[in-house]
Amino acid sequence: MKVDAKDVAVEFHDLTVSYDKKPVLWNIDMTLPKGALIGIIGPNGAGKSTLIKSAMGLLPLSSGYVRIFDKALDDVRRWVSYVPQRETVDWDFPTSVLDVVLMGRYARLGLLARPKKEDKEIAMNCLQKVGMEAYSKRQISQLSGGQQQRVFLARALAQEADLYFMDEPFAGVDAATESAILEVLQELTAQGKTVIVVHHDLQSAAEFFDWIILLNMRLIASGPIDQVFTNEYLQEAYGGKLTVLSEVSELIKKRRLPSREKY
Amino acid sequence: MEVLIEFFSFQDPNVVSVVVGAILLTASSAVVGTFTFLKKKALVGDAVAHAVLPGICLAFLLSGNKNPFFLIVGAFITGWISLVLVDTITARSKLKEDTAIALILSVFFGLGILMLTYIQHTGNAAQTGLQSFLFGKAAALVGQDLWVFGIVAVILIVTVVLFFKELTLIAFDEHFAHAIGLPVRGLNLLLTSLTVMAVVTGIQAVGVVLMAAMLITPAAAARFWTDDVRLMTFLAALMGAFSGLSGAFVSYTAPTMPTGPWIVMIISMIAIFSFFFAPARGIISNTVRQRNQQAQIMQENLLKELYRLGEKEENHFQERSVQELIEKRHFPKRPLKAALRQLKRRGYLTHHHGLWQLTQNGKAKGRRVVKLHRLWELYLSKYMKIEPDHVHEDAETIEHVITPELEAQLEALLDYPEVDPHDSKIPY
Ligand SMILES: Nc1ncnc2c1ncn2[C@@H]1O[C@H](COP(=O)(O)OP(=O)(O)OP(=O)(O)O)[C@@H](O)[C@H]1O
Ligand SMILES: [Mg+2]
Repeated sequence: MKVDAKDVAVEFHDLTVSYDKKPVLWNIDMTLPKGALIGIIGPNGAGKSTLIKSAMGLLPLSSGYVRIFDKALDDVRRWVSYVPQRETVDWDFPTSVLDVVLMGRYARLGLLARPKKEDKEIAMNCLQKVGMEAYSKRQISQLSGGQQQRVFLARALAQEADLYFMDEPFAGVDAATESAILEVLQELTAQGKTVIVVHHDLQSAAEFFDWIILLNMRLIASGPIDQVFTNEYLQEAYGGKLTVLSEVSELIKKRRLPSREKY
Repeated sequence: MEVLIEFFSFQDPNVVSVVVGAILLTASSAVVGTFTFLKKKALVGDAVAHAVLPGICLAFLLSGNKNPFFLIVGAFITGWISLVLVDTITARSKLKEDTAIALILSVFFGLGILMLTYIQHTGNAAQTGLQSFLFGKAAALVGQDLWVFGIVAVILIVTVVLFFKELTLIAFDEHFAHAIGLPVRGLNLLLTSLTVMAVVTGIQAVGVVLMAAMLITPAAAARFWTDDVRLMTFLAALMGAFSGLSGAFVSYTAPTMPTGPWIVMIISMIAIFSFFFAPARGIISNTVRQRNQQAQIMQENLLKELYRLGEKEENHFQERSVQELIEKRHFPKRPLKAALRQLKRRGYLTHHHGLWQLTQNGKAKGRRVVKLHRLWELYLSKYMKIEPDHVHEDAETIEHVITPELEAQLEALLDYPEVDPHDSKIPY
């Protein structure tokens, strides 16, 4: 099941991606709307990370293409931001929080140029948005997991992009950090920016997102949350393994989402 | 001693050129090596270092002389081929990178030694000195050689400085670099070329066999002193330069002695020294810090127990003997005495006729620890729903780490409670 977006931010056209010739994503074909908070949901190994990596041009495509704002990725890179899974980097690297956030400015600076005072101000601003300004001089190995996540988020904000791909920004963060991050993401979509997030927790997914992509090696469903977040599609994506599913989707149907404890 | 003075007076123009050359070569290797180190490619550096030998020999065989330009080109070519082969083997076969590296390294180095032996047997007069590529000979850095290798070294350093932010980014987060549109392939190619060039020039001073150490060791040593890549690169260069200088000195005083082992020995000593003595990350400072922490915990516990005894007997300024403290609170004797003396020095206790007494400051400090202990117990049982009989152990550690800010937060959050989960009064 898929719903076509009216105002298209990203178009996946018949995309197939393989590792060592073994396809892990089959014929993904969908359009995603501008200005929405979009969740990519699916079990482990469903190809969620693969999907956003291929959208960012980090993997070779076996077939199909991705267009962003109706252009090829290389023409709009400056407006697209990517937040990798936090485990992909070595946090013992000799650098400070502020320096990491400044990396978000490199695309604008171009080769050889150094960050200017203005870039530092923007970086500090972004740190403030994620509540990490007090940590700007910290060495990054002295951060907790949730703080690392927020530093990555700040780096993405510093890019001042229009489209954000984020790989599990909510993974392993506490409730307070979760709501802080969510607030930042909602602020972005309120400004008309598009945010696409890989997410694991079904219950909170029901509250966070406007639009849901259900994935399990192929596209199960893509569309507004109330049409996609149903028992049927969730069962299809998760292979009927989850018993909470029916409960969750019942809740969604009634739109009586439980207000979660924030602290 | 005389030699030392003679050397450092720089009267002999040869000394100047050898010193400048050795410093440039080792510093540039260290600067480039910093990124090899940060990218965790130390083994790759080793493979390149060994793989340049057949290139050098081949260049010599084809040109018939020791023109540095030909040697560099030859070394560069086989150095590169070895890296391409390592990559191909890793990508196309089931062999892992380390195995591929070991394989390539030994094949290329063996080939190099074979050619070197052959050249020696041909009796070509110009070949004297080719041997020094094995273990380095800083004293040979004169005339044209100095110019060529010196210029390459300067180019290496300037290139790293120019591309510093890009090289740092691909070392830290290559995916992100790619995502923001940096030419990651090109930059990796650049770094590999820099590594090969650093090896090619560095072997003049250090030799093929120990060159990998010259790339990696300064960076590893510098890492102990700082958490900032810029400073780290600078320190690595400085340490590299120092070892180069000492190598030049050895080469000057004992011309038959190979310089490579000396240089590498000096830089290794710097690394070992850093490993033990660097202020933040060194082993010794870590141990000292841990000791101090333990001592502080002991002292805080002592003040806490004195406060609690005073609480029970309703007299905080009761004088007590060491024996009494051991009987009532089971402190081990020696650490107890050390802690008592330390607390006296810091003005928390007084000591007359073998009896110890809390001062006003000591009482306040003991009260704070008791308060933190009880606040934390309350927090655990109230917010974490932990049984009251399970909270004590945890509070024993936490009471020593809570900062004044956290203390204020806890007080506000719990709204200045009267008693802890065991109904002991919380003192303010
Ligand atoms: N570098 C790789 N080489 C080979 N196979 C890979 C590679 N990366 C991922 N895969 C495979 O591709 C499939 C999809 O992986 P992907 O990381 O996209 O899943 P995911 O949905 O992000 O899972 P998770 O929820 O665990 O993060 C998995 O079966 C995985 O084994
Ligand atoms: Mg993933």
